[in-house]
Amino acid sequence: MRRRTFLAAALATTPLAAGCSTDSGSTTAGSRGRTTLAYGIWDPAQVPGMQQIIKAFERANPDISVEIQLTPWSSYWTTLRTAMRGGTAPDVFWMNAVNIQLYASNGVLEPLSSHIRQDRTPVGRHPKALRDIYAYDGRQYGLPKDFDTVGLWYNKALFDKAGVPYPDESWTWDDVRDAAHELTDPRTRVYGIAAEMDRQTKFYPTIFGAGGQVLREGRSGFADERAIEGLRFWTDLVDRGWSPPQSAMSEVRARNLYLSEQVAMNYDLSAMASFMYGTPAIKDHGGVAVLPKGRERATVIHGLANVISAKSRKKQAAWKFVDFMARHEAAEIQAKGGVTISSYAGTQDAWLKSMPEFDLQVFIDMLDDAAPYPSSRNTAVWEDLEYLLLGAPFSGKGGVERAARTLAEQMDRALDEEEN
Amino acid sequence: MAVFPSTAAAEAEGRIRKPRTRAGRDDATRGPNSRTQKAAYVFIAPIGLGFLVFYIWPMIQTFGYSFTDFGPFGGNTWIGGDNYARVLQDVTVWRAIGNTLLYGAIGLVTLPLSIAVAALLNRRGLRGVGVYRALYFIPFVTLPVAVGLVWNWLYNGNFGLLNEVLSWFGMSRHFWASDPSSALWAIGLVAVWQSVGYYLIIFIAGIKGIPQDYYEAAELDGAGPVRRFFTITLPLLSPSIFFAAVICVINSLQMFDLIYVMMSPTNPALGSTQSVVSLFYQWAFQQNNQGAAAALAFLLMLLTAALTFLQFRLQKRWVHYA
Repeated sequence: MRRRTFLAAALATTPLAAGCSTDSGSTTAGSRGRTTLAYGIWDPAQVPGMQQIIKAFERANPDISVEIQLTPWSSYWTTLRTAMRGGTAPDVFWMNAVNIQLYASNGVLEPLSSHIRQDRTPVGRHPKALRDIYAYDGRQYGLPKDFDTVGLWYNKALFDKAGVPYPDESWTWDDVRDAAHELTDPRTRVYGIAAEMDRQTKFYPTIFGAGGQVLREGRSGFADERAIEGLRFWTDLVDRGWSPPQSAMSEVRARNLYLSEQVAMNYDLSAMASFMYGTPAIKDHGGVAVLPKGRERATVIHGLANVISAKSRKKQAAWKFVDFMARHEAAEIQAKGGVTISSYAGTQDAWLKSMPEFDLQVFIDMLDDAAPYPSSRNTAVWEDLEYLLLGAPFSGKGGVERAARTLAEQMDRALDEEEN
Repeated sequence: MAVFPSTAAAEAEGRIRKPRTRAGRDDATRGPNSRTQKAAYVFIAPIGLGFLVFYIWPMIQTFGYSFTDFGPFGGNTWIGGDNYARVLQDVTVWRAIGNTLLYGAIGLVTLPLSIAVAALLNRRGLRGVGVYRALYFIPFVTLPVAVGLVWNWLYNGNFGLLNEVLSWFGMSRHFWASDPSSALWAIGLVAVWQSVGYYLIIFIAGIKGIPQDYYEAAELDGAGPVRRFFTITLPLLSPSIFFAAVICVINSLQMFDLIYVMMSPTNPALGSTQSVVSLFYQWAFQQNNQGAAAALAFLLMLLTAALTFLQFRLQKRWVHYA
């Protein structure tokens, strides 16, 4: 398939190369009239959507063609790093919050700020918290394409059975606790809520909701009282038996427990909506609400961005493509695909309407309370520490406070090492 | 005594030059077999080159990397022994080494098990031997990923078959692969289960190599099957056991795939099951710290070499070469 695209491109190039060798579009390395960009992505589910966007882009820029390089998630980052070392990395590729600073700080990404100013790319139409993730040292390195926020998914059938009113925007953490208590039924092995040890969907939102921070000015925020309060929200639920312990949920993810109606409430991503929509029982009696308030209402936002390799020899064309992807037309196409929420303001309607049974608007509403997904230069190191150290408290073994303080110490050490 | 003293003396004095042609020298120094030898080198060249390129060279490179701060996108900087200092001071490393040695100890259980099964399968007049051997061998040729996934379901705390069976005897549910107290044993058991078939082949071959005369003589002297096993089979099998023990320890020290498959990153038992190689993977490919990971890999090599050396020293005490 890749070969076929390559052949097609080659065939299309030949007459052009013969006819217009003095073509003015010689800013690109090929300068034979047509430039082929490699676009690195990892999600097979998004390939059709990306291909539609590429088609639209190629129509607008007949001298550029784009070829998708799909690498599975499990090997995406190792492959990319090796390709970067060898100089064979794709010109444009997907970036996430965990890796952006590592790449930006090592100078392997093209800074986009001047391009953005020059071409008036409508970056303001993308959520600020999301843009911030992809800015490093005052410069923008990536343009967001989609986003994820977290909402409270609940099972209406289980709520009805227990006689508990559905969650709404008035809910606080106390309401969650009360409901979890009411909904837990040991006889049928139904739990009120899933207090899974998961940073993005569970403890980051509650740490922010308690007024805490994961990272504050380059130091760990985990030892902070507020952060511990956010963690304890979950470990309490396990201790009281209103959630399965982490040992159970490392074997069957909370998401699957929710889908099989074994937990009544679950904090989960907007990106999972289509997945839930595909499960008949949940489509019929699943609902979603904004996250309940702790000290404040908060969620974490994450989304992917398109970045340009600093080693690309076709930067001009690559910029044209990245710019195109950050504009209205591309966002509209992506939203219709229904896989992810486009980050471009006002293009989410198609996604919202694609699943009328769910009140997906809550995910857009949560944007105002969204904190960017925390990351540093070598995020993966302390992210590993989180799960290693919090496993015991999340399994009902207690000691969340001590675990959080140890985590903070070790995380600070890891952050110190980043500086060198 | 020189046969042609005049020539030898002339040569020594440099009066006569020895012919310097290639063939002449070869013939003189290596004898008439040189052509066969050359052919031999040509034939082993492919595997030899492969060995050099894919084993020896990476080993040298890894050793070199262990002294560098490995830039994620190139630009390695020499930092001397810092990586080694870091590795030796890290608590998780010592924990991983402890776990790895425990895997090794559990792995050794495979040997008596396989010997017992091999002895049983070698009984005269046993029907369907081929079927049994195949059954024992299948786990070994199954992909470790598939093995890990299947056992994860068997161990599952919510609806695993193991808990189901144990509940018939009144035992309560347990998260075998997610509880820090049992997870390492659970994984070790799978490794044992998986490798019995391999050692079985070695031991069956070893037992087949023992001359029947010994058994007949022992039988005439009135030795029962148990006595025959301990006084004939076991001692004469000791070279095979020694070989298997060396291989088994090396394999157990390299424990990785089952841990990778069976332990999700959010598993609370992860820390208590991590082996040196899985820690290496985490450092090198998840935390972008190839320098320290290379140092860790090199330490593992030293550990493996030391244990193997020890085994070779100890073999003199218990291995009988008949």
